[in-house]
Amino acid sequence: MAHRWTNKLTKADVTPEAIWLNRRQIIAGLTAAGMAGALAGRAEAAGDTLEPNSFDDITSYNNYYEFGTGKNDPADNAGALDTSNWSIEIDGMVDRPGTYTLADLIDGLTEEERIYRFRCVEAWSMIVPWNGFELADLLAKAGVQEAARYVAFETVVQPENMPGVRRKVIPFPYVEGLRIDEAMHPLTMMATGIYGKPMPNQNGAPIRLVVPWKYGFKSIKSIVRISLVADEPPTTWNNLNAREYGFYSNVNPQVSHPRWSQASERVIGGGLFAKRQETLMFNGYEEEVAALYDGMDLTKNY
Amino acid sequence: MIDALNTSLRKLPAWTLYIVAPLPAAFWLWQGATGASGPEPIKALEHSLGEFALQLLIVGLAVTPLRKWTGLNLLKFRRAIGVVSFFYVLLHFLTWLVLDMSLLWGQILGDIVKRPYITIGFIGFVLLIPLAVTSNNASVRKLGARWRKLHKLVYPAVLLGGLHWVWLAKGWQVEPLLYMGAILAILALRVIPKPRKRALVA
Repeated sequence: MAHRWTNKLTKADVTPEAIWLNRRQIIAGLTAAGMAGALAGRAEAAGDTLEPNSFDDITSYNNYYEFGTGKNDPADNAGALDTSNWSIEIDGMVDRPGTYTLADLIDGLTEEERIYRFRCVEAWSMIVPWNGFELADLLAKAGVQEAARYVAFETVVQPENMPGVRRKVIPFPYVEGLRIDEAMHPLTMMATGIYGKPMPNQNGAPIRLVVPWKYGFKSIKSIVRISLVADEPPTTWNNLNAREYGFYSNVNPQVSHPRWSQASERVIGGGLFAKRQETLMFNGYEEEVAALYDGMDLTKNY
Repeated sequence: MIDALNTSLRKLPAWTLYIVAPLPAAFWLWQGATGASGPEPIKALEHSLGEFALQLLIVGLAVTPLRKWTGLNLLKFRRAIGVVSFFYVLLHFLTWLVLDMSLLWGQILGDIVKRPYITIGFIGFVLLIPLAVTSNNASVRKLGARWRKLHKLVYPAVLLGGLHWVWLAKGWQVEPLLYMGAILAILALRVIPKPRKRALVA
């Protein structure tokens, strides 16, 4: 996969060397254990020009409104999230609906590391080394029926552990969705960790969606329900303000958001004097995903 | 109590404010440079400066109602408070221009024109410029009665500042709404008639 984007960041800019070395060891470890095989090779090819942000950056600068609207709020408040005995309900147009424990769900799926760009609609970005598996594999396990055209997701609601939920800043539970071909795309993954560590609560423990060519809010966190449906499902930010947050929300520097110009972005972790960088079409994954939107007017389907 | 406070405040020269005023900005800059303000120091600095500017504008606007309702007299500090708040609005604007937007002029001008929360923030800033420029004794003398009239521009400016924050927040967030409420309340206090003497004596 030859990306036109070339990485301007260097190791010295963002990643403490210890973490960098650690990451290499994780990949080496995965390969040695025979878990990754050819897939690890592919993940490395996709990510080998990208230098991940530090674990600290990734876990201390978050949007997770269930824990508050400030960027530090999730890191400060997410400790109380109860992720024990986690299960996910899979329902709708599937052959094997039911409530699956996390262990059952993950069992047999190929875990790997994927280093992806992460672009927030607020015009900031990071590079994150996720651990997880392709959503397509999980859906195949549930057996998606012909008639299913969309996948809907729902975030956990634990009012006693989530101060933002008690304040009702936005309606909860948080819901999101993808068209079935987007959900089945090999880049779309379900992540259970970062840097080989279990997913931190503030990043969406224990399991979250990652759709790297879309704005971050599409990548719903702490998933408790996956529904295969025929019609476009409602999504939280679209319900709140459809003009600003479309169903697709593909990263697109040409479609200006009413609030943030999307032409450029600020890379987190660069310090006080880091310059903005240009935003790439589909967040740099144009070659991989543009075909999904052939014939669609992306200024209308934003 | 108020009298004692007024007496001690009379001994404090207004220029002391100009010495203390740059300290928060210096502190936030130091925090940003050392990583103490988190992984995105530019946004942290921009927000701290903007929020403090709004707080100072509110304090400046509170001077008259405070005197009217409590008898606390901060009048001699008002001009310094105003000048310092302009200084912080300017720093907030420059942080956005230079550090946040990397002086990408095309995008900056586009943002000022197209994005309402930036437009109104910018207008608020522009409204404060003539006030800052005329905050000296010579201008007061020269403008006479027009000086007071001109400086009423601070009312629309602070309203735009409050709105700027409410609007830029994703969703209806509590903090900017609290500030907007405070601004509206403090402006309303100017309209409510003075309490009668008798009430004060009791």
